[in-house]
Amino acid sequence: MTKQSVRVGLFVTCLVDLFRPSVGFAAVKLLEAAGCVVEVPAAQTCCGQPAYNSGDRADTAALARNVIAAFEGFDHVVAPSGSCAGMLKHHYPRLFDDDPAMKARAERFADKVHELVSFLVDVMEMPDQGVRWEATATYHDSCSGLRELKVREQPRALLGKVEGLTLTPLPGAETCCGFGGTFAVKYGEVSTDMVSRKCDDVAATGADLLLAGDLGCLMNIAGRFRREGKRVECRHVAEVLAGLRDVPAIGEGG
Amino acid sequence: MQTTSHAFKDNARKAMADVDLRTALKRVETGFTTARRKAADRLPEFEDLRDAGRDIKNHVLENLDFYLERFEERVIAQGGKVHWCSTPREARETILKLCRSVDARTATKGKSMIAEEIALNPFLEANGIEPIETDLGEYIIQLADEPPSHIIGPAVHKTKDQVSDLFLEHHWKYGRTERQTDPQALVNEAREILRQKYVDADVGITGANFLVAETGSTIIVTNEGNGDLTQMLPKMHIVIASLEKIVPTLDDMATIMRVLARSATGQEMSVYTTLSTGTRREGDLDGPEEFHVVLLDNGRSEMVGTELQELLRCIRCGACMNHCPVYHTVGGHAYGWVYPGPIGAALDPHFLGIEEARHLPSASTFCGKCEEVCPMRIPLPRIMRYWREQAFERRVGPPLERAGIRFWAFFARRPALYRLATRLAIRVLRRLAGRRGVLTALPFAGGWTDGRDLPAPEGRTFQELWKSGRRSP
Ligand code: SF4
Repeated sequence: MTKQSVRVGLFVTCLVDLFRPSVGFAAVKLLEAAGCVVEVPAAQTCCGQPAYNSGDRADTAALARNVIAAFEGFDHVVAPSGSCAGMLKHHYPRLFDDDPAMKARAERFADKVHELVSFLVDVMEMPDQGVRWEATATYHDSCSGLRELKVREQPRALLGKVEGLTLTPLPGAETCCGFGGTFAVKYGEVSTDMVSRKCDDVAATGADLLLAGDLGCLMNIAGRFRREGKRVECRHVAEVLAGLRDVPAIGEGG
Repeated sequence: MQTTSHAFKDNARKAMADVDLRTALKRVETGFTTARRKAADRLPEFEDLRDAGRDIKNHVLENLDFYLERFEERVIAQGGKVHWCSTPREARETILKLCRSVDARTATKGKSMIAEEIALNPFLEANGIEPIETDLGEYIIQLADEPPSHIIGPAVHKTKDQVSDLFLEHHWKYGRTERQTDPQALVNEAREILRQKYVDADVGITGANFLVAETGSTIIVTNEGNGDLTQMLPKMHIVIASLEKIVPTLDDMATIMRVLARSATGQEMSVYTTLSTGTRREGDLDGPEEFHVVLLDNGRSEMVGTELQELLRCIRCGACMNHCPVYHTVGGHAYGWVYPGPIGAALDPHFLGIEEARHLPSASTFCGKCEEVCPMRIPLPRIMRYWREQAFERRVGPPLERAGIRFWAFFARRPALYRLATRLAIRVLRRLAGRRGVLTALPFAGGWTDGRDLPAPEGRTFQELWKSGRRSP
């Protein structure tokens, strides 16, 4: 199989679909630049984490069946989110412990699932895109991408090639920002406390741009920055890699 | 211990407003985590040892009866006795009976989480026996009349100033009228006061980090040496331990020991590792005349063969809470029962019931840090999720939350309908936000918007744009 014929199903993720389509377009642009043929199945909604993390296993399994059916025909399934990719890859097979046939299908499907940036680097070995972006940026490691999928060096490697971008390390980059999906609403005060400390850490780096690979964390951090009245731009790493400079940062009007 | 787990949210709110607590928690967050990292990095075989430790415990759990019986045989052979107790009440009464058999007025105590689990101190007090905590942290919280907030550092929530005040208040009666502020001076003061109590005590009660089947030994690790005095000076030594502490051999113990202190405090080993094997023998210079092991089940044997079995590998090192961002935010008392942090979130519902403890497994972002550092590789998030599923199935928790999820899932399971509904919802949100780029208040999502803005949607969904042929933003 040559790289040109790699067929990728883009799992958009519900947050990107609803809140920030730009990230989806950035993902498509990057995947195509890396030599993939990208399709976006219409039969996708959400990976099911809101239900899964609330203990609603039946609804989660139903959603998983939908996603597997919509995506199992592709060479690869790619999501611009470590959290959703982790769900598809590591949690879907566990949902079918009492259904061996479905479990086997879920496992075959899981083998094809990747988080966007690690896919670009590890699988597609994407060549340099010659993107320019003037900023001092720092990078937050989202929990699932980091721990379930080992996404750590890949985004830093690609960001290192962006001209004009200085990447400054974020102390505590691997500490959770307090998003946790429904956690942020159910335990809002605890979550707010956690994200406040994340914002302090980001602000202390002096960076004017915060990047991460998960829109959930980014909306959390950007939302807190806005509430605090601090101006640190928050963006999905794919936006910078694809050079989408014209799109306002997360939570910025326009 | 009276549980307040059901009030987790209120507990958390109070904790977050406590400035002293925040200072103390910052110490946990930076101190313990850095120490563990360094200790792990210095030992190339650290990860392999974690696997080995996990395998030892798994093997034990498959053969629990065998090793426990073997342990009992060995204890008896060395002149000791094992008391099998299935409930906290049985354990308390057994200990009381033992204490009474030697007319005990006071009992010195080493640190033991099982003693907390069975609420031993108030019970002994109510029955006329004064328990004296000899671990400095336990001593401090005994004076303060508080439960421990951490499984290895019970008083980790206290600042030095608070300890100075406590000592002044309680040591007045021993003629100590000067307020000490130097940490070493505080330690010395406590030691001097405890010294006489060691000598006077009729019974010494300790916990156990390990029970060794091969030799019938019980083992404690401490940094203060208080356990040694507690168990050697009195006539009677009572060990209170839960049954999963068993390991087959001393070698197995040594393997797990290599990850225990490193995970806990970043030490290569705790300062004291004390093995107790039976009663004083002829020619021994010291040691107890009676040696009793109170072996507590408290529902643990029911966990074998279930989703919860892996929790029985826990060696109570505290690494999971040391690294937990929620623990760093709310501290140990917010969890409302004996075991805080991730291990508590996974374990407490078993003891308290999911109704009482429902918040604990829910109040986690599933960041996975606990599992990453747990020396015994316990899948803590997976077990918390198991409890969430139990709660959902049994309709524990606010009906509205449950209804919300089911309502959302109804749409999410039907892509076409979902498209329609979300297109609309997104337009409304976008409208509400206007040109500000954020929403500052939302019904049903106050938990979010009370503390932060919600970035507004760009306006149209990706699917909608894609379908219309758009290929860039
Ligand atoms: S769950 Fe793991 S990390 Fe937590 S106390 Fe037990 S052994 Fe240590």
